[in-house]
Amino acid sequence: MIDVFGAATAALLVCMAMTLARSILGPTVFDRILAVNSFGTKTVLLIAVYGFLTGRPDFLDLALVYALMNFIGTIAVMKFVRFSDLAGMEDEAEDTF
Amino acid sequence: MAGAVTEVLSWVLIGAGSIFVIIGGVGILRLPDFYTRIHAAGITDTMGTWLILTGLMFQSGWNLVTAKLVFLLFFMVATSPLASHALAKSAFLRDLKPLLGRNLIHEESHD
Repeated sequence: MIDVFGAATAALLVCMAMTLARSILGPTVFDRILAVNSFGTKTVLLIAVYGFLTGRPDFLDLALVYALMNFIGTIAVMKFVRFSDLAGMEDEAEDTF
Repeated sequence: MAGAVTEVLSWVLIGAGSIFVIIGGVGILRLPDFYTRIHAAGITDTMGTWLILTGLMFQSGWNLVTAKLVFLLFFMVATSPLASHALAKSAFLRDLKPLLGRNLIHEESHD
């Protein structure tokens, strides 16, 4: 019998490999940030699917924590790249927003 | 009977989600430009997440696991468009030019 969880896990792993290749190849820093963000999204999905694959859905707590951490990390790195600083964005924000 | 229907529906949803995840991964690797790659990542973030997590919800039945999956879906749906938007805006304000025109070349700057 074809296990759909195994198929989904394999698809997610292949896709994560492609995303990781983009994060290494990426010509600009934004490509790398996008690839790492997408990698984190796929990690969340992988944790959820793998929990069902092994019959232990308790891993979903880790997936929840990872989803929030991934979002905060992406926003922090994006802000650092954009303003070259994590704290002082008020001055530049006036004319960019 | 209802159990079999739920099972098949869950398989279909998870399979379709896997296909969309693969499409998004190929797009991230193959598309020519940062802004087009955002589009490919958005396919994974929306269709892949929705379909796979909904399929897992059908698989788990009504219990705490379903509640966790609903929370997970809510967080992903709330945060990933925000991250994509912030990323695209940040790249555009840092003068990353999109590819334009029929042959997708970088437009000449006129200043």
